[in-house]
Amino acid sequence: MMGAAFVPLAPAGGPRFVRLLSAGGWSFYVAAAVVLFVAFPILHLVVPADSALHVSDYWVTLIGKIMCYAIVALAMDLIWGYTGILSLGHGLFFALGGYAMGMYLMRSIGRDGVYQSNLPDFMVFLDWKAYPWYWSFTDHFWYAALLVVLVPGLLAFVFGFFAFRSRIKGVYFSIITQALTYASMLLFFRNNTGFGGNNGFTDFKRILGFPITAPETRMALFAVTGAALLGFLLFARWIVTSKLGRVLTAIRDAESRVMFSGYDPVYFKLFIWTVSAVICGIAGALYVPQVGIINPSEMSPANSIEIAIWTAVGGRGTLYGPVLGAAAVNLGKSWFTKAFPEYWLFALGLLFILVTLFLPRGLAGLLAARRKAP
Amino acid sequence: MSEAASIREQWDDPVASGARVLSEGVDTTHRGILYLDGISVSFDGFRALNNLSLVIDAGELRCVIGPNGAGKTTMMDVITGKTRPDAGTAFFGQTIDLTRLAEPEIAGAGIGRKFQKPTVFEQHTVYENLELALKTDKRVWPTLRSQLDGPARDRIAATLETIKLLPDAARLAGLLSHGQKQWLEIGMLLMQEPQLLLLDEPVAGMTDDETLRSAELFLSLAGRYSLIVVEHDMDFVERIAQKVTVLHEGAVLAEGSMEEIQGNEQVVEVFLGR
Repeated sequence: MMGAAFVPLAPAGGPRFVRLLSAGGWSFYVAAAVVLFVAFPILHLVVPADSALHVSDYWVTLIGKIMCYAIVALAMDLIWGYTGILSLGHGLFFALGGYAMGMYLMRSIGRDGVYQSNLPDFMVFLDWKAYPWYWSFTDHFWYAALLVVLVPGLLAFVFGFFAFRSRIKGVYFSIITQALTYASMLLFFRNNTGFGGNNGFTDFKRILGFPITAPETRMALFAVTGAALLGFLLFARWIVTSKLGRVLTAIRDAESRVMFSGYDPVYFKLFIWTVSAVICGIAGALYVPQVGIINPSEMSPANSIEIAIWTAVGGRGTLYGPVLGAAAVNLGKSWFTKAFPEYWLFALGLLFILVTLFLPRGLAGLLAARRKAP
Repeated sequence: MSEAASIREQWDDPVASGARVLSEGVDTTHRGILYLDGISVSFDGFRALNNLSLVIDAGELRCVIGPNGAGKTTMMDVITGKTRPDAGTAFFGQTIDLTRLAEPEIAGAGIGRKFQKPTVFEQHTVYENLELALKTDKRVWPTLRSQLDGPARDRIAATLETIKLLPDAARLAGLLSHGQKQWLEIGMLLMQEPQLLLLDEPVAGMTDDETLRSAELFLSLAGRYSLIVVEHDMDFVERIAQKVTVLHEGAVLAEGSMEEIQGNEQVVEVFLGR
């Protein structure tokens, strides 16, 4: 039959799940899983602290934090690399997820705060007598988890609905997302908003009953973050290799042709935009217990721009590229801000310029070129 | 009865109701598939379309010609919903008001458009381009879950045969030649199974051989589908035209068979320059 002679859209053979990654891809994936779930726990918890192989608290927290950023970069690649929507306000969804988790963690402090009160320290300081209504039920983990998903998701959905319906595109869209995150930052800076003002939430004591600074808890959070990163990678792969993924790339390349082919771009964009925001929210929720603090500076416009930089450095439209980019830039930042703290912003700007000029396809492009070269 | 409805009623059987007839030669035995009545569009004071009225019968192959700036592309923009007219009505069949629908809805209703500049998905393969155009449920959730089944593959195979891009099925569309991109876009149009095809300069940049094949293809489509072909290549128009409409300065200047048009002094003066 005619159809059988054709090059199939994805490599044939095997169920859809197996085909999500190439053989090489699966090798890396399994290797990463082994490193994250076997090597790290052993080197941190079992190997004694004075051994050269021991992985310290500092490194566990740093890698955990970077994995959260990698998840955000992945979410950014879905909307920017694949759908062509440049959001310069994605840090907002990350921060909102972080704040939702933060509310639960603040409640978990119980009476162990500075003021020995049922209320968080900052509320006692403001002379509040009871929790505002929007803090209700946040002492339950499942409710906080629900907020982590619903708050960024609903905000993204409503904002996206109006923005995409009005056909706001390109730089105008990017500017509006900057404005959104900036306005939210200002809102959260206010003490009256009830989220700790410019100090935010900190001094967490426990999570789900476990002491938050214990090595085992740290490792567990690390492992969950690793699982989330690997899980979201497969999820993103599933989306981009589906027909919907092809429609998204088509929207990026020729939106008018997509419309005239009968697809309504508004709903496709809204779908991936909301999914991306929820992923960022979950990343934020995993981030806060590991770094121990959340404050409005997470919503700063500069943070969101950094997310775009990680994605560009890593290589848009590849999924693994932005993960690499987030890791590379943040490891670099971690070293740089200790060695030359005043110059980090200059270095970041220079990085962005150099990548745009010499590495337009990012690190992923570099890797692909080296693989092709003899 | 609204004005639009009464106009449609008249056009269904203009002779019997004694209403105005568009021009000589209108075939009254067919049902119309496209009705444009009094369409006017202005851009910043420039009248792109000036009280344009046009009827396309089902199964017809209409050629629309005219000098540059006559409003041919704007007319297509109005039909496909890209531009809203300032005045006038546009109906697809008896019931579908084109001035109220969005582009994806109009495409879904059965109007397919081929652009002047070949617009294909450059980062996708030829095969994927055709897959995306396939007539199917195009909402978000069904698209996410969709898998290509046997009949769909066969349709894509048949279209690849028709547009002679079978050996290039796995190539990125961006790497095709101009003529091949034109063919791919026509193929995508066929995949959509529209009832009305709007073809804006479909043979621009094609070789003589390809132009001949296009003519054969369009002639084979007429009857099953209705086509509006905008073209500048007069030989091509002569080859395929059943009826020709000449646009000038946003309105219909003349309508009729190719011989009638070529004999029309006004047309010759304005456009053909012979």
